[in-house]
Amino acid sequence: MNSNMKKTISDNMIWLILVALIIIMSIARPVFFTVANARTLLTGESIKGILAFGVALAILTKGIDLSIGASAALIACVTGALVQPADLATKVLPGVGPLPAIVVIIIGLLMGAVIGAIMGAIIAYTKMPAFIATLGGQLICRAAAKIFTSRPVSNLSDSYRFLGSGKIGGFPVIILVFVVVFILAWFILNQTRFGKSLYAIGGNDQAARVAGINVEKNLVITYILVGLCAALAGILLAGRAGSADPANSGLNYELDAIAAATVGGTSHTGGICKVTGVLCGILILGVINNGLVLIGVDDNYTNIIKGIIIVAAVALDMRKNTRKA
Amino acid sequence: MSEEYVLEMHDIVKEFPGVRALKGVQLKVRPGTVHTLMGENGAGKSTLMKCLIGIQPVTSGKIIYKGKEVAFKSTQEALDAGISMIHQELSPVLERSVADNVWLGREPKKGLLIDKKKMNDDCRELFARMGLDLDPNEKMKNLTVAKMQMVEIVKAVSYDASIVIMDEPTSALTEAEVADLFKIIADLKAKGVAIIYISHKMDEIFQISDDISVYRDGEFVASDRAENLTQDKLIQLMVGREITDMFPKVPCPIGDVVLKVEHLNAGRLVQDVSFDLRKGEILGFAGLVGAGRTETMEAIFGMRHVTSGKIYKDGQELHIKNPGDAIRNHIGLLTEDRRGNGIVGLLSVKMNSVISKLILGKYGMPLNNKQMIKDTEEYIEKLRTKTASIDTPIANLSGGNQQKVLVGRWLLTDPDILIVDEPTRGIDVGAKSEIHSLLSELAGQGKAIIVISSEMPEVMGVADRIVVMHEGHVSGILDRSEFSQELIMKYATTHEMGKR
Repeated sequence: MNSNMKKTISDNMIWLILVALIIIMSIARPVFFTVANARTLLTGESIKGILAFGVALAILTKGIDLSIGASAALIACVTGALVQPADLATKVLPGVGPLPAIVVIIIGLLMGAVIGAIMGAIIAYTKMPAFIATLGGQLICRAAAKIFTSRPVSNLSDSYRFLGSGKIGGFPVIILVFVVVFILAWFILNQTRFGKSLYAIGGNDQAARVAGINVEKNLVITYILVGLCAALAGILLAGRAGSADPANSGLNYELDAIAAATVGGTSHTGGICKVTGVLCGILILGVINNGLVLIGVDDNYTNIIKGIIIVAAVALDMRKNTRKA
Repeated sequence: MSEEYVLEMHDIVKEFPGVRALKGVQLKVRPGTVHTLMGENGAGKSTLMKCLIGIQPVTSGKIIYKGKEVAFKSTQEALDAGISMIHQELSPVLERSVADNVWLGREPKKGLLIDKKKMNDDCRELFARMGLDLDPNEKMKNLTVAKMQMVEIVKAVSYDASIVIMDEPTSALTEAEVADLFKIIADLKAKGVAIIYISHKMDEIFQISDDISVYRDGEFVASDRAENLTQDKLIQLMVGREITDMFPKVPCPIGDVVLKVEHLNAGRLVQDVSFDLRKGEILGFAGLVGAGRTETMEAIFGMRHVTSGKIYKDGQELHIKNPGDAIRNHIGLLTEDRRGNGIVGLLSVKMNSVISKLILGKYGMPLNNKQMIKDTEEYIEKLRTKTASIDTPIANLSGGNQQKVLVGRWLLTDPDILIVDEPTRGIDVGAKSEIHSLLSELAGQGKAIIVISSEMPEVMGVADRIVVMHEGHVSGILDRSEFSQELIMKYATTHEMGKR
């Protein structure tokens, strides 16, 4: 095998793994390989996928964001409370709303941006490890959601739920939202000054600074974008389920998102991230989740398999990158 | 074997891959004396000491210590034999107490437990013996750098060493503290301990040295009693090399002042620095390591907090808060630490080339990839950079070619002022002369250039004028007609010679 071909294969390894997994699942359960199941799979993975694109940006800069699952839950509860009917007996905020969906969505996105800005500012200006800062953020957001409402927020307005559970011509809107986020993420990382700055910061922050990049400012913007993804995920979560649960909505979603970004080749040592790779990572984990359910594998075994795949993916990646350096 | 010398090192050769750092040098130290090692940066003094105490194995040569041939394999072995070293870069454990630091790794024990009381008592006794007023329980991080230095010295002495090596021990000390240190050195001498002393400071060398050995470019030059030497004689010995690899300077017209720096202060290594730079001029910055040249440039470039002073460009005062501001004002800085803050190793030659121009927003949005490729290829061609492709990660290139990519990066930002810090360090001779001729060419195009270099022939070869720095101060500014290695070395090693 010549070296060019080897390189092509090594660069596209995860896509080959995805194809292999699809073939295996399709053979084991032919129903896997149907349009209906593909739609189910994508609908199921959209929310975690959006979080994965977000957290991939943070990982690219050598950071991480553990707060996104919890902030999604907080934003789901707050925005949800703003779209409950006025005459609902169990209304979380009696006398407030229902507000128009578009206003509420904007409020939700603003909340996400503010949470992200706070996380980003702490990480950028105190040089605190992002792991610690966002772990604190996770605890605070989850607790804030539970303080805000002790019971699930339900009876959400249909217009609010459109993004999460609506359909256009029979096609789930949530998948469209996912695709839009994918395109935006791709555009940001490949076609903007900001995106290229992130690669430099993740690769060598001292060199990035000397090259003229305002490292702190760019980190804050990064976490604002992660926060926006979390907000969008929260709105989709509530919209899809029809309710928001302060204790369980988005629980551990950050871990699945990190796993997808990692399997997709985003390097935790910084400076390496391909948006198409992250998409592949999302799909790989989706195929495993969906396929193993169809085959009837117990949930615990599914997690064991996922765990092995994540560790193996990172191990392969480390080897590839040490060889390069 | 006579007991005249406590230590003899003969024909020491040390080879690193591709470099002969020590080319058969010698050192003979008498007990109860201060033996000073002198030489320019890279002369081989530190390497020689590292070979002695077992940090690095010698390639060949003989070390005789107390009449017996030795080859220490670790600093621990050297310590056990009675040779301890105070390194230039301190490495204290900041969160632990003074006593913990002194006894680190050899704490006195009572059964399984550490005997805290004995540690503190022994520590107090050592401090008393050296006239130091320090609490053994104080946390290391609460001490001044000078006090930490003293603790290091106490630690070195506490091994009951026969030889104590001090690598620029006074660089962080005040005058009063230096006097204390010299008292300690005198005590040690009286007890028969030999001190190997590395320093660049002429006045203190003549104050304390008994013997002086001079090294140059990895070779032994001379060794003599201090009283037989003078400052001028020493400087001559240190720099007395043939200047053969000098790049012939291309004279170019020099225009108006572009950059004016007035009374710049930024920490200990940038004190009251003033100079100006003209269009078409190459201004050299000479001095020893730690003279504050890099720090001065970092202050100008927005990488270091400026406490006072003014910087003017084309008569306008600049307020630069970060490198981005500097680049927008058409100033570029090619840093000394290419791997540390120059290249982004993972990224392609292309991204490394265009990143600063990209930050200036010159490629629009979406990014104009065609223009980025064109710019990259233009400078690869102009600078004759050797790379497999523009998509190759820059880490795969040789040092010289990485440097060329970085030069291209700055040229793409269209700088009026280009500062280059040790531009040829660690790159091969061919690339070196190409960089020299490039600097001349750029000056010819009307750019103003600052070159920091620790290689005297280099800075004398390319510069129109040379600013010499010593311990954060400008100690002299020389015109090309005045250039001589002796004069530069004199300014570089002496405080405030005054000619401005």
